Parts: sequence; C-alpha cells; structure tokens
Amino acid sequence: MTKQHITVTVNGEAREADVEPRLLLVHLLRDTFGLTGTHVGCDTSNCGACTVHVDGRSAKSCTMFAVQADGADITTIEGLSSGADLHPLQQAFWDQHGLQCGFCTPGMIMQAAWLLEQNPEPSEGEIREGISGNLCRCTGYVNIVKAIQQAAGTLSAAESAPVVAAETTEGVA
Amino acid sequence: MIPGQFDYVRPSDLGEALRILADREGEAKVLSGGYSLIPLLKLRLAQPGLLVDIGRVDGLDGITETDDKLIIGARATHRQIHENPIVADHYPGLHDVSGGIGDPQVRNWGTIGGSVAHADPASDWPALLLALHAQVVCRSLAGERVIAARDFFVDTFTTSIAPTEVLTEVLFTRRKRNSGGAYAKLERRVGDFATAGVAAAVELHGGAIAWAGIGVTGVSPSPFAATHAEQMLVDVPARDGEFRRAGQAAGAQSEPVSDVRGPAEYKRAMVAELTVRALRAATERALAYA
Repeated sequence: MTKQHITVTVNGEAREADVEPRLLLVHLLRDTFGLTGTHVGCDTSNCGACTVHVDGRSAKSCTMFAVQADGADITTIEGLSSGADLHPLQQAFWDQHGLQCGFCTPGMIMQAAWLLEQNPEPSEGEIREGISGNLCRCTGYVNIVKAIQQAAGTLSAAESAPVVAAETTEGVA
Repeated sequence: MIPGQFDYVRPSDLGEALRILADREGEAKVLSGGYSLIPLLKLRLAQPGLLVDIGRVDGLDGITETDDKLIIGARATHRQIHENPIVADHYPGLHDVSGGIGDPQVRNWGTIGGSVAHADPASDWPALLLALHAQVVCRSLAGERVIAARDFFVDTFTTSIAPTEVLTEVLFTRRKRNSGGAYAKLERRVGDFATAGVAAAVELHGGAIAWAGIGVTGVSPSPFAATHAEQMLVDVPARDGEFRRAGQAAGAQSEPVSDVRGPAEYKRAMVAELTVRALRAATERALAYA
C-alpha cells in the first residue's frame, strides 16, 4: 500500500509527513511529530484521552486516520497555552486538584476547552454532559468540574477585561 | 490497535466517488465520520481493500424542509441535526436521537448516513427511521433508489444498499399537526450502546390515535418495527392502559439475547416500559402541536 503525502497545521505550525493510510491521527501526533501530550487510553473510542481539536471540532484522535486530517488545522494540548503561561484551564486543573494520575488530563482539558468555546458559561450539568466522552478513573470528576467552572470564570473575566485596560492605557498616554 | 492495510482516496465530488465504487466493486467501503467504521477496522472485523472518504464531498450535509418532507443529507453530523432550528422546533424525535448518541466527540463527527448504513443492531437512528416510516436515498452510477426504512435494515450490520451505492439522503415525512415523536433509550452509562431503545410516533384525531409507528433497537439481530403494537394502537384512546398493552406486544416481538447488558427477560420488560414512555412523550408532543 503506497504512502500518502499529507500536510497539516499543528498548533499553528505547518507539518508534512508521508503516511500509510491506516496510520491513526494519534500516532501521527505522538510518533511522527513527537507530540506525546496526547495520550492513547482505551484505543476503542471510549475514553477520550486522545481528544484534540480538528478544524475547531473536538475529536478522538484514535478514531480518525491521519489521511482524513490532510489539510486540517489541529490543536493539541501542547498548543493550548501561549508561551510559558498556563492556559486558564491548565491553571484551574492545578488549582482545583483536577487530576491525580494525570493520564486523562490532556484529553479532558482539550474537551473542556472545546466545551467553553461552544458554551462560555456552562452549568454544572452542561459541564458533566460536555465531558461525558472523557473518562477519569481517579478523581470522581468533582474537582474536574470545579476546575472547568474556575476556568470558565477566568476566561469570561479575561474576555471583558482587556477593553477596560486598553481604555485606561489610552487615558494615561 | 492497528487496522489491516488499505488504499485510501478522498474524492471531491460524488460522481468521482461513485465511479471509484463501480470500478472497485466489492472491495471498497465508504468512510464518512468514521466513528462506526474505524473501530471495526481496528478490530479487523472489517478489512476492505479501499476506503472512499466522502468527508470532503460537497452538498451532502444539508437539512431542508419542503412542502411534504424533511430532507437530511447523509453527511450531516448528529450535532448539526441536534442544533438545527427546524429539527429543534418541529422534530422532537430527531432531536431526542441526535442529542443522545454516543458522546460529544462522537456527535461532532458521526453522521446520520454513516450510522444508518452501518446498521448496528443497537444503534439509535434506525429505530426512529422505522417508527417514522422514513426513506433512504442511495445513489450509484446507474441512478437513484429510494428505499423505505422498513425494507432497508435486513440483518445485523446488513442493509439493502448495494456495494456500488452511496447513501446520500434520509427523507422524513414533513410533520403534521397533532403528530409527535419521541425516543426513549436505556443505557448502562452515558455513551454506551442502547440496552434497549424505542422510538414512537403518533398522530392523534380527537382523543384517539389515528396512526402509530414504533421502532425498536438493541434487542434483535436488527432494529425492527413493532408491527403488532402498532396495529393495537389504531383507533384507541391515547392513554396509559393502551400504551401498556402495546408495550407488552413490542416486548413480545423482540428477540433479545442475554448478555453483559442483562438477561433476555429483563430486556423484554425494558422494551415494554420504554414503549410506554416513548408513546407518552410522543402523545404529549402531538397534543402540543395542534
């Protein structure tokens, strides 16, 4: 079976690879590109540990072939924060102790990030429904839900804050 | 888990996809969202020589209402259907099903056409298609066939679609006044396949049922229409006693097997109860749609 040449944008960077059609997206990310933040959990489309964003939609990267993603824009856990600062979700998982072993965390955070893009102020029920495709065997989800609630607060505060800051700076100048 | 080797093409239009399917008859499988087919490939339960990815074929994901039909393109995802305003306002049965399949990631990518063509014996869409007497449109180089849902689901993972055909649309009858639909599902946990699922549709005339449709999933080699129950519901009052009798009939017509999701008798009892719940919800919605 001949390899196929694909081009994808991963975390803002254009990447290319020659892949067998049967190569799963998660293996492209981990083995070909070395982005091992995305985890392989169940490998049966259940657990969500491999969740990434493909063209703005959260996807289980163990249930997509790399060739299907040809031309797509992909975001992984490595691309969530800019620079050294943690993304508000990463900070919130730290603050709220939203993880124990940490295996589910990259997928959980990527799914939560997608959820908050769709619904910036989710109720507790909506958060639980939103992460229903992501399994955590340690925490019992209580602190994960708290972490997502904290991040939702931080993100919506940041949404309104810069406008005020810009006005103030202008006033000072 | 690594699938067996296969060739892969991603045609940009339907004509090209149909030509490839005709050239490689019997060798190829159509890939859409992938959430049904890829798990099977990984388990090597399916080993096609060629995957024809219709993920970038334009024009197969529309949701439109005409004078007499609701037409859903095969590539419409469960989420697109769930969030569509026409569906949300007028098609509660579709709204129930599309919001309850798998989990959010599955609904982001999984498509109605993929789910229907895959015909898993425990999948949700077939039950609703059967209850609502929907039709499935399949296209090949030879032309188009419109197949009644009740002739489409043949056996486990087996439909009347030909290897050279692509499922392009699902057609529902446009909703009438005094009619309503609903889907009631029992699952062990969120995202599991249905232990049992029942879709019901009713049309009321006065306080009586003029017509009822019931589709059942998870408890037979293939989803089926509970025809005995449907017959019992014609021209009877829309009330719990009648729903219970219909539920018993639907349970009796099921052929469940005892497995990890429960013993056969339990599943039959659940079909009976879910039938009552789906009929109740469908009736309430029909009354509210006068």
